[in-house]
Amino acid sequence: MNIPQDLLYAKTHEWLRLSGASATVGITDHAQHELTDVVYVELPAVGTHVAAGQQICVVESVKAASDIYSPAAGTVESVNDALSSDPALLNTEPYGRGWIFTLRLDGEADLSSLKPPAAYAQQLAGQ
Amino acid sequence: MDTAPKRTPLAPVHEALGARMIDFGGWWMPVQYHGILEEHRAVRGQAGLFDISHMGEIFVTGPGAEACLNRLLTNDVTQLENGQGQYTLLLNERGGVIDDLLCYRLEQNHYLLLVNASKIEEDFLWLQSHATAGIAVDNQSDLWAGLALQGPNAEAILRSLLGPDVPLPARNQIATLGIPNGPILLARTGYTGEDGFEWFCPAQTAPIWWDKLLEAGRPLGLLPCGLGARDTLRLEAGFTLNGSDLSPEHTPLEAGLSAFVKLDKGDFIGRTALAAQRDSGLARRLVALVLEGKTPPPRPHYPIFNADSLVGETCSGSLSPTLGQGIAMAYLPSALCAPGTRVELEIRGRRFPALVSKRPLYRRPTA
Repeated sequence: MNIPQDLLYAKTHEWLRLSGASATVGITDHAQHELTDVVYVELPAVGTHVAAGQQICVVESVKAASDIYSPAAGTVESVNDALSSDPALLNTEPYGRGWIFTLRLDGEADLSSLKPPAAYAQQLAGQ
Repeated sequence: MDTAPKRTPLAPVHEALGARMIDFGGWWMPVQYHGILEEHRAVRGQAGLFDISHMGEIFVTGPGAEACLNRLLTNDVTQLENGQGQYTLLLNERGGVIDDLLCYRLEQNHYLLLVNASKIEEDFLWLQSHATAGIAVDNQSDLWAGLALQGPNAEAILRSLLGPDVPLPARNQIATLGIPNGPILLARTGYTGEDGFEWFCPAQTAPIWWDKLLEAGRPLGLLPCGLGARDTLRLEAGFTLNGSDLSPEHTPLEAGLSAFVKLDKGDFIGRTALAAQRDSGLARRLVALVLEGKTPPPRPHYPIFNADSLVGETCSGSLSPTLGQGIAMAYLPSALCAPGTRVELEIRGRRFPALVSKRPLYRRPTA
């Protein structure tokens, strides 16, 4: 499984890329593989405020609907509209063009529960 | 009760191929190998191979077997010649569906019933307790394995495996092939909406035939396919699934299966209830729905609204890989069953327009 070095990971298999006071969020290669063919992404509404670990959107494969959780507290700043017409980007480029949304992080957002790549790799190895 | 799911003779083969396995109604079955969409498209365009060993084979034999089955099943068994099969239903006294099945006449008074995996025991006990004297009801489900070879290239694949001289059965017919690692009962039927065959062999020979069929089919685009694709294929083709679309609470008339119910053939279990229902009119009927535009895939038990009243719920639903739209089946009040009627499906609190449509939603192109 591909686990890029420059990201932080939630134990529920979302990734977060920090960029100043904002962050981009998507799902991991492991998650997309487990989900199988993604056929629909229900994007969050821009402006939604979420707590860390709160359910924020839904990704659907042919067989199942799966909840996606926000890895950090913040306000949804933008969403990846390309996923509406091409949900399979989540499978083909989970860390690239398959990003789901960006978040303006809360001032006091606590990222300490997120895992560095090595710890996430360990979590997958232990499954 | 927490029991380990039953394994078909092909379970180790699926695991070796890297299939994603699930407990499907008490059976450890592949839901997909590489992807449901890819497998679905292989069956529509080339061919797919499915393990259907979980299905049940019940043999009914003895003098009077024809008359006996004709009193238990909805279709007219007397229409069958040797080597012919028909889709039919087993009903309770209220006309509700116990199971839907295929009934093959192998020889005079020698029938094979191919039944749903989850209903083997129930069907067997029902048949046994209702069989007339001198009729043997023999549940051989554990002795047989089944492979479904489906798709436009199915015939060419069998030709390549069996050579040019073996006669292949015509649509809805069954043939016995006396070949090594047989006998094979080969039926030209399926659950996908494509041309295809169902191949029944002694259980221990299943891995041999699985490999041989896959090898013969590889140059013709054959892929192993799981239950995920089987479900999307049958839904597009308008086939009902017992336990989802059929149940003891619904009659075959409500399910749109009246072509397989011969009310004029003489008495059978459930007939009185069905005749009364026919005369009084149907309150609800099973319809196909097509969602409009890009929507989340519909799934079972999503509520359906007409204006602001709740009028039903989906019993089956999925993305249709062929149409690229959500499709579903649901029982709706008869007033809403005309094709073109617009209703709304509720998915996670949001309503999406859906059009009542004629079944099947997919029909294979005719050559």
